[in-house]
Amino acid sequence: MVADSNPQSKPARRRIIQVLLGGGLLGSFASFIYPVLRYLVPPPVAELGGDQVIAGKIAELKPNSAKIFRFGSRPGLLIRNSDGSYRALSATCTHLGCIVQYHGDVQEIWCACHNGFYDLNGRNVSGPPPRPLEVYEVHLQGDDVLVSRKREA
Amino acid sequence: MTLFAAMRNWIEERFNWADLTAPLREKAVPAHDLSYWYFLGGITLFLFGIQVCTGILLLLYYRPSATEAFESVQYIMTRVQFGWLVRSIHSWAANLMIFTAFCHMFSVLFLGAYRKPREMTWITGMLLLFLAMGFGFSGYLLPWNTLAFFATKVGTEITGQVPVIGHGLKVFLRGGEDVTGATLTRFFGFHVALLPGLTTLLLLTHIALVQYFGMSVPPAVEARWKALPSEARHIKFFPNFFLRELMAWYIALGVLGALAAILPWELGTKADPFAPAPAGIRPEWYFMFMFQTLKKIPAKVWFADGDVLGIMAFGVAGILWVLLPFFDPAGDKRGRKLVLGAGMFALSYIIAMTIYGYMAK
Repeated sequence: MVADSNPQSKPARRRIIQVLLGGGLLGSFASFIYPVLRYLVPPPVAELGGDQVIAGKIAELKPNSAKIFRFGSRPGLLIRNSDGSYRALSATCTHLGCIVQYHGDVQEIWCACHNGFYDLNGRNVSGPPPRPLEVYEVHLQGDDVLVSRKREA
Repeated sequence: MTLFAAMRNWIEERFNWADLTAPLREKAVPAHDLSYWYFLGGITLFLFGIQVCTGILLLLYYRPSATEAFESVQYIMTRVQFGWLVRSIHSWAANLMIFTAFCHMFSVLFLGAYRKPREMTWITGMLLLFLAMGFGFSGYLLPWNTLAFFATKVGTEITGQVPVIGHGLKVFLRGGEDVTGATLTRFFGFHVALLPGLTTLLLLTHIALVQYFGMSVPPAVEARWKALPSEARHIKFFPNFFLRELMAWYIALGVLGALAAILPWELGTKADPFAPAPAGIRPEWYFMFMFQTLKKIPAKVWFADGDVLGIMAFGVAGILWVLLPFFDPAGDKRGRKLVLGAGMFALSYIIAMTIYGYMAK
């Protein structure tokens, strides 16, 4: 045992040096890599416009037609139904993020990218979309059509 | 003394000319009735050279920002002398290069050139093909037109569906939550700096491996030559094979020039992030089979999201494909059959889904 302990003590000391050197080297590499990784992540963009936006003027849309409006940095779809009422939904397809459009002749919402259909309540009725479109609240105020996010109860 | 002799003399005095040129003199290429398939890798390399040259030319006028990109490409195509030709060649050569790379890959598969000891050549080749597709995907967005804008939206959204790392990857690629000018700037950086650097490294490795191992002889020919060694034929690489390759390159250049001049690449309309996606949104043809598959997968398969399932399936298939040589160890007839079967299946699937994608509305 005594004979063994001596040859072992030298490698043990060397081992400590190796761990210290290696650890220091790894630590310094981490300190180089970390800022690079953080740099790759884009800074968050402030959402503009908040929870309510003027989507258009009342006179602007004919019945059974629709337009795209800006809801912050995202597109929204404002539809005027055949009876003259309005509804507003998110225009971002829940499938792969294309921008949907209103299909007046079948009165459905259509995404051209992968042929997905939603009904006027935003429900995904055919094609690949996995989820319904978010539906917004519409208020008329003077000449303006105001669209706001639904408050969670 | 002629100038050439003087130069040769200068080199001879410092380096050993005979040693330097020995590999060229000794390299031989097997000659048999399937030798034509050997040209495909060289043609792909030639088209890559065309891409580097025309890419540098385009850089003289292109501006990588959402407000200027479309206009600068328009400027190249309408105002710069022969700008339409340079851009058209860049677009056509890109597509032809992917096409010849695919042909090269399938020829290597069917002729058994991936087998031991050439596994690493196959793997570097596959990585190069992925890089080429990355070039295509990032370059497609650079003109900032409607088609490319939505193709990029869909393509990066697909990346976002990968479990765990998906969202982070999507944000990294897009430079934010959405496809914006920030995405264009990033894609430009990938396209002209990151990908060319990686490709150069891998390409040199790939070519060095091909030189190291020499050309593979297809199994059927190899068996024939083993039975009758007097049948075996080789031609010298330099100048015999080299001159034939040059002819192939010249033909490729002719095809490329004709396509670019007769069918100039279109620019389309400028991307508007607040306009509905127009009908007929499609990615470039080499992504079509995946695009069409995702289009046809139902929203829910059993309890999983159809798309996530499809993306995962393509991911797993891609990894298995890279590791293909290891399913065909030497002397295992079943392995060879498995690889040939997988190759036939993949080829028919890709062709069928691509045609279906273009026929379906």
